[in-house]
Amino acid sequence: MEAFLSNIDRVVDGFSWTVRLTLLSALFSFVLGVLLTAMRVSPVPLLRGLSTAYVEGIRNTPLTLVLLFCGLGLNSALGLSMADSVAWDVFWWAVIGLSAYTACFVSESLRAGINTIPLGQVEAARSLGLTFTQNLRLIVIPQALRTVVGPLGSVLIALTKNTTVASVAGLGVQEASREMKLMFDQGIAPVLPTFVGFAIGFLILVLPMGYFFGWLAKRVAVVR
Amino acid sequence: MTSTPLVVLENVNKHFGDLHVLRDINLTVNSGEVVVVIGPSGSGKSTLCRTINRLETIDSGTITLDGQPLPAEGRALAKLRSDVGMVFQSFNLFAHKTVLQNVTLGPMKVLRSKKADAEKRGMELLERVQIADQAHKYPAQLSGGQQQRVAIARALAMNPKVILFDEPTSALDPEMVQEVLDVMTDLAKEGMTMVVVTHEMGFARRAAKRVVFMADGQIVEENTPDEFFGSPRTERARDFLSKILTH
Repeated sequence: MEAFLSNIDRVVDGFSWTVRLTLLSALFSFVLGVLLTAMRVSPVPLLRGLSTAYVEGIRNTPLTLVLLFCGLGLNSALGLSMADSVAWDVFWWAVIGLSAYTACFVSESLRAGINTIPLGQVEAARSLGLTFTQNLRLIVIPQALRTVVGPLGSVLIALTKNTTVASVAGLGVQEASREMKLMFDQGIAPVLPTFVGFAIGFLILVLPMGYFFGWLAKRVAVVR
Repeated sequence: MTSTPLVVLENVNKHFGDLHVLRDINLTVNSGEVVVVIGPSGSGKSTLCRTINRLETIDSGTITLDGQPLPAEGRALAKLRSDVGMVFQSFNLFAHKTVLQNVTLGPMKVLRSKKADAEKRGMELLERVQIADQAHKYPAQLSGGQQQRVAIARALAMNPKVILFDEPTSALDPEMVQEVLDVMTDLAKEGMTMVVVTHEMGFARRAAKRVVFMADGQIVEENTPDEFFGSPRTERARDFLSKILTH
């Protein structure tokens, strides 16, 4: 255990990258997820089709493949670059892959939320003269979001843990689990205590999320 | 009181699948007039009411509002709807907004009123339907009668040319029906143009200028309340009235 604790600064550094990956991917996947949902319920068949194809396509692809496609396909093979330094380049590609993947789950949660809204809410908004986008922005999405705070919390928890795939799937991004593997490879940390230590690290990160979203879901719930 | 035609339906037909719910409907509602639509369940009254702001589309015929045909969709339709108030059976107040926010949303987002102006007018309207003290509560905290009065204030906030009432008291507990009907009766007296689908025969007698009786998707009879309730011309109307008036 002492060997693990003497390397605590490396552990903390690893988790700091996990947090960065999570926060940025959460932000982008949320924005993209809302957009996909808006397209999915729009009256324009082309937008609906594109959104459905995207969600069904990416959601049913393993995350490893999505991240490999970003790293080996777009970044290495096609030479698309997001930053000058290699470390930041792979970091941003990991954020793109995680966001693209997680957005599908955000969108599906939100769509489930929309389905819980009584039709009368939409008709009342229409009868006031709100346009389709106003209706979505002011009535439908706010109510849908409030009903799916809990499920979105689960999506965020999954995202946090999914960041560990980014280091093994071709990208070699710095994050907690990669730091752990490096510590094993360099033979500076005994295996079992280190495993337990990193697992506890993830618990410390994720457990409060679950409680926070549970609390938030109750607080913002729409009472009908 | 003027008698310019405000809402005109001509040869309107609508089907739900095989069911012919509106058959050759011709109806004119003049400015300042209160028209009450009654009839048995499934006669097409609610559907008729909902076609006037195009919450239901029609298969054939024309509907004009203030001389303008109803636009099919888009911004033009939204604009038209802002001129037509609607009060629903199930109130449909926005569940995530306070009472006052429900009343100010339309003016602020559709009419582009300033927040302060919209709130001032909103409070006046809530005062008028005697619910100003509940302005900062959420709909779920109010009784049905209170919610429906807020819904009427929300419709009034848009300064509509006409207000459609789709069975506004049918979902209410009996002791709350009167408070809603009182507000509606006041509106009628003030000359608001109203189309009211209802089972409240007392309101029809008291406030209606004209009663429209529908059955099987058709307008069967159209008359003043006194004439209609006193001496209905058709067998169908006599039958309906005998069923609801003799308890």
